[in-house]
Amino acid sequence: MTKTILEAQNITKYFHDPVTTKVLNNINFKIDKGEFVSIVGKSGCGKSTLLYILSTMDTDYEGDVIIDKQSMKNKKEKQLASVRNEKIGFVFQFHYLLNEFSVIENVMLPGLKLGKHTREEVESRALQKLKMLEIDKLALKKANKISGGEKQRVAIARALINDPLIIMGDEPTGNLDKKNSSIVFDIFKKLSDEYNQTLLIVTHDQGFAQNTNRTIIMEDGKIINHG
Amino acid sequence: MKLKLNAEIAKKLLIARWRQTLVAAVGVTFSITMFITLLSFMTGLNDLLDNLILNRTPHINLYNDIRPSQNMPADLSIEFKNYHNFISSVKVKNRDADIYNNNAIIKTLKSDNRIKGIAPKVITQVFFNTGQSVIAGVINGIDVEAEKNLFFFDDYITKGKSIDLKNISNSIILGKGLADKLLANIGDIIYISTTQGETFSLKLVGIFQSGLHDFDKTQSFASLSTVQKILKKPANYITDIQIKLFDVNKAPAMAKEFNKTFETDAEDIQTANAQFETGSFIRTIIAYSVGITLLIVAGFGIYNILNMMIYEKMDSIAILKATGFAGRDVKNIFIMIAVWIGLFGGTLGLIFGFLLSSVIDQIPFNTAALPTIKTFPINYNPYFYIIGSVFSLITTYFAGYFPARKASKIDPVIIIRGK
Ligand SMILES: Nc1ncnc2c1ncn2[C@@H]1O[C@H](COP(=O)(O)OP(=O)(O)OP(=O)(O)O)[C@@H](O)[C@H]1O
Ligand SMILES: [Mg+2]
Repeated sequence: MTKTILEAQNITKYFHDPVTTKVLNNINFKIDKGEFVSIVGKSGCGKSTLLYILSTMDTDYEGDVIIDKQSMKNKKEKQLASVRNEKIGFVFQFHYLLNEFSVIENVMLPGLKLGKHTREEVESRALQKLKMLEIDKLALKKANKISGGEKQRVAIARALINDPLIIMGDEPTGNLDKKNSSIVFDIFKKLSDEYNQTLLIVTHDQGFAQNTNRTIIMEDGKIINHG
Repeated sequence: MKLKLNAEIAKKLLIARWRQTLVAAVGVTFSITMFITLLSFMTGLNDLLDNLILNRTPHINLYNDIRPSQNMPADLSIEFKNYHNFISSVKVKNRDADIYNNNAIIKTLKSDNRIKGIAPKVITQVFFNTGQSVIAGVINGIDVEAEKNLFFFDDYITKGKSIDLKNISNSIILGKGLADKLLANIGDIIYISTTQGETFSLKLVGIFQSGLHDFDKTQSFASLSTVQKILKKPANYITDIQIKLFDVNKAPAMAKEFNKTFETDAEDIQTANAQFETGSFIRTIIAYSVGITLLIVAGFGIYNILNMMIYEKMDSIAILKATGFAGRDVKNIFIMIAVWIGLFGGTLGLIFGFLLSSVIDQIPFNTAALPTIKTFPINYNPYFYIIGSVFSLITTYFAGYFPARKASKIDPVIIIRGK
């Protein structure tokens, strides 16, 4: 019996600037626990827009998003923030690390925010995630004193700190060279295979998409293939 | 726990930008320093000027004004009672200026427990003779002990001793301006003539300097009995009863009461010195408005640095929100930064304000008009320090509030899309 973790129901989205255009047109799909799903499609077809809606950051849309059996419609800003904190891990094209903090502190922040564990526990969990990504040696370095590939791995560790239901990525390898791209892909693959982690990744990389469990293909705001 | 995490983030952001935050804090420090110093100095000056008058002004003065009778015979006669009577060229009855039955009044006042003390007085106009010319002036016949205790008489005696008025018969103390005009020194004999034309000679035993030049040019003091003798009046002849109260604020009400019960004129200090209150009030207003203006300027400094910080930290705010921090947390973080700047800058400001006023307090300030004052006056009222800290917290809070609210409304999608 598979468990549905994320469900998009009739999602339609308009942009009103400069003219009203329909960017997403009645999107429906489900993602089950443990699936490694990629979304592909031409530039401008609405992949990022969809991901921001699924991640609860964008609330200006029609339809509904169901995360862990809960509707995201009619939730308050604060409640959505705690859904993101607890259930979703993000990896963007850019790493968004806080330069004022060390690597391990960056990883710990969402964990401390959750407040489910003591500071010591959060710290040891963060170290464990860094170890898994083979960057535990960098733990005490300042976030702006490490390489681009390393930064993206720290961002992945940060996404993992609260053991989220799902990891969402918007072109997480978009800024990386071939070698670092494959490192990041291998990490995702390992998370999926060994830890049964659910992943939803938007990508332009054909090779990346081919190696996932399922690829959703989009065109002009519609899903043309559910994979 | 949550607040602690926000505080930790705020601290990191603040330390990373310590140079700018220090500049903002120095702005607050400067304005609070000036606020404290200005208020302490201005109110010190106010108190000094107030005391100049108020220390030796009775809270209530009882006297008899020479004026026409309130009840004209025409009004009293039955025939014209219901008419409106116009009477022109009314003349004043020939009557002395003394307070009738003053012995009984003084007795009653002495048993009133709202009253701190009373000092009877006989005031009369005289002429001081010097060679060929005469100078118009006033002699105050006083009870030296009462005057000393209630109105700090000794503070204004620059030469001689006040008690000599009592110990040496037929003695006088002259105002400095008057003594200068008469070219008189201690021990000299002063010749005076009364309005009735009688001449007297009095021995000069002291010089008096009040700080009010006009006052010192006309006034002189002698004992009660000396003045009564000059006027050829008995020992119960009193023209003024000066009253000092425990609570000066009760003066207007009590003046009305005495006016009724004793049937004399009664003037309270508030009515007599209304213009003085206005002066103090305006000086205080000036001090406050300068201080508050400075604080507002400092507030803009904080506002600027926070706006800049938020602009620089857009990415950080976006990721904090993406990873589960609510708009409120972001707002708290930036308000905390502002309030810390205010607390730090404000506390330093209070300390520097105190130090600067103590320095001003040491600066010599000698003026002929104010013989008892040696340095600039400073009022160390703790109230100013409380107001200063409250104001600095309020302004920094609001200076932080608006940028912080802006930060809390940042849409992470817009930031993340922009990359
Ligand atoms: N804020 C906005 N206002 C108006 N139109 C927008 C806005 N953001 C995006 N769009 C438009 O919406 C459409 C979808 O944009 P989106 O970013 O989702 O595309 P995408 O599939 O992620 O493209 P890419 O692969 O290049 O990242 C595009 O045509 C874009 O021009
Ligand atoms: Mg995109």
